[in-house]
Amino acid sequence: MNTLILTSIEQGLIFSVLAIGVTITFKILDFADMSVEGTFPFGAFLFAKLISGGFTPLTSTLLSFVFGTLAGLLTYTLNIKLKIKALLSGILTATILYTINLRLNGKSNVGLFSYSSIYEGFEPVIILILMVFGVKILMDTFLKTEVGYLLIATGDNETLVKSLGEDSNKYKLIGLMISNGLVALSGALMAQYQGFAEITMGTGIIVVGIASIIVGDTVLRKQRFLKLTTRAITGALIYKFIGALAIDLGLAPTDLKAINAIIVIMFLSYNTFNPIKMKKADELKVVEEVKC
Amino acid sequence: MLNVRNLSKTFNPGTNYELRIFNEFNLHINKGECTGILGANGCGKTTLFNIISGAIRQEKGLIILNGKNIDNLKENERARFIGRVHQNPSAGVSPSLTILENISLSDKKCQKFTLRKLINKHKTEAYKEILSTLDLGLENKLNTEVKYLSGGQRQSLSLLMATMNKPELLLLDEHTAALDPKTSRLVMEKTQELIKTHSITTMMISHNVRDALKYSDRIIMLDKGEIILDVRSSQITEKELLSIYNSRNYGSPLSEAV
Repeated sequence: MNTLILTSIEQGLIFSVLAIGVTITFKILDFADMSVEGTFPFGAFLFAKLISGGFTPLTSTLLSFVFGTLAGLLTYTLNIKLKIKALLSGILTATILYTINLRLNGKSNVGLFSYSSIYEGFEPVIILILMVFGVKILMDTFLKTEVGYLLIATGDNETLVKSLGEDSNKYKLIGLMISNGLVALSGALMAQYQGFAEITMGTGIIVVGIASIIVGDTVLRKQRFLKLTTRAITGALIYKFIGALAIDLGLAPTDLKAINAIIVIMFLSYNTFNPIKMKKADELKVVEEVKC
Repeated sequence: MLNVRNLSKTFNPGTNYELRIFNEFNLHINKGECTGILGANGCGKTTLFNIISGAIRQEKGLIILNGKNIDNLKENERARFIGRVHQNPSAGVSPSLTILENISLSDKKCQKFTLRKLINKHKTEAYKEILSTLDLGLENKLNTEVKYLSGGQRQSLSLLMATMNKPELLLLDEHTAALDPKTSRLVMEKTQELIKTHSITTMMISHNVRDALKYSDRIIMLDKGEIILDVRSSQITEKELLSIYNSRNYGSPLSEAV
C-alpha cells in the first residue's frame, strides 16, 4: 500500500506539471489545445536525444521545456496566422510531432536506463516536489504580472485586451508556448521516471490533463481563494491516486484507460447531480409552485 | 476633429448576400462635442463605429482623427486614442478579474505591459476615489470579481475604464440599451459627467430619442448609409425628430418612450 501511495504521488506530481500546462490553454485561454498529445512524448523523446547527446539530466530536462514551447508556436501559427480552427490546429501539431518524435531518435521506444536522470542520488518524490513547487511559484508569480493578467483577460474578453491597446494574439502565443513547454517538461520527467520514452505515451494524455482540472475544481469548489495551480496539482494527485487504487483492488493495468475515463465521468456527474445544486433547484421549484 | 471621407463599405461582395452599407459617405465631428447618432437597425451606425475603431476595414475612404490618417492602424493601436463602450455590459471588462484588477489594467492602457506586478497598493486609494465618482459603492468592492456585479455596475465600470486615460474620441454604442430605465438614466448621467469633466469628443448611438436630445450637442440621423438629418439638438424638438424618423417608413415607428 505504501508503494502504491508513493508511486501515485510521484506520478501525480509529474502529471501536475502537465495539468498546470493544460490549465493555461483550456482554462485561462479557453483554447482547446490538442497538441498536448504530441508535446508530452515530444518532451520525452527530446530528453532522450539530449541526454544521449551528452547533456546533463538537468540541462536536458530544462531544454525539453524550451523546445516544447515551439510546439505552442506551431499551433499558434496554424490557428492565428493560417486561420485553422483551434481544435484542428492542435491535432495537426500533434500529428506533425508524431513523426518528429519517431525521427528524433530513429525508433519508437528509447530505453534510458543506461543514462543518469535528475532523480539520481535522491528520492524521486523529493525532486518532483521541488520541481512542481518551482513551476507553481513561477506560474503564480507570472499570473500576477501585467503580462500575466493580460493573458487571463485574453481568455476572458479579447475585446478588452484590444481596447487596452494590446494585440490579444500576442498573449495567446505566450500562453500556448508556456503551456506546451510545461507539457514537454512533464514528458521529460515521466521518461526519466519510467526509464524510457515511448511513442504511445501521449495517447489520451489530454484526458489526464483535463481530468486533473475537473477533479481539482470539484474537490476544491468551496475554496475559491485557492489558485488555479493548486487546483491542478491537487486534481492530478487525487486523479492518479484513484486510478492506482483501482489497480490495487484487482483491476488489470490494461483497464487503466477505461478507469481514467470512469473517474472523469464520476466527477462530472457529481457536478451535475451535486446535492447542493439539486437542493437549490428543489427550493426554486417550491417557490415557483407557491407563486402559481 | 474626426473626418470620415468618401467611405465605402460592402458586406459579402460578389455574393447573393451583397449589402452595400456606405457609398462615398462623409462625416465631420467637432472637437469636444457629443454627437448623437440615430437610425433604424441596419442603417450603418455600428458599422460606422466598427470602421472608425478599426474592428472592420472599409474598401474605400479615409478616417482622419485630429489631422492624422489612422487607416493603417490596427484596432488595438487605435484604442490608444479611441475609447469604446459596447451595448453588452461585459464587453468592456474582464468578468473573472476583480474590480481592482480591471481598473489597474485600464490604468496601464497606452503604456508598455511588463513583467512587473500589476497591482500597486499605493494606487489603491486613487482608484477608490475614481470609483467613488460613480456613486455605486464600487470603491468598497475592490476585490469582488466583476462577474458578480449587476449590468449597470458593470457598464458604469466599463465607461470609467474607457475614459480613464481621456481618449481623443469616445464611441458609445447603445451603451444603455441592455439596462433597465432607472439604471439607464443613471449611467447616462455618469456618462455626461465624465465626458463634460474631461471634455471628450463623443459619438453616441442611441435608440432613445429623448436621451439623444438631452445628452447630445448635435443629432445625426442615418438611413441606408446616408445622413438624412444633421441638426443641433437645441434646434429640434423630440416630436419633430420622431416625425422625421417615422416618415422614413422603415421598421416599426418610434414612439416617444423608446
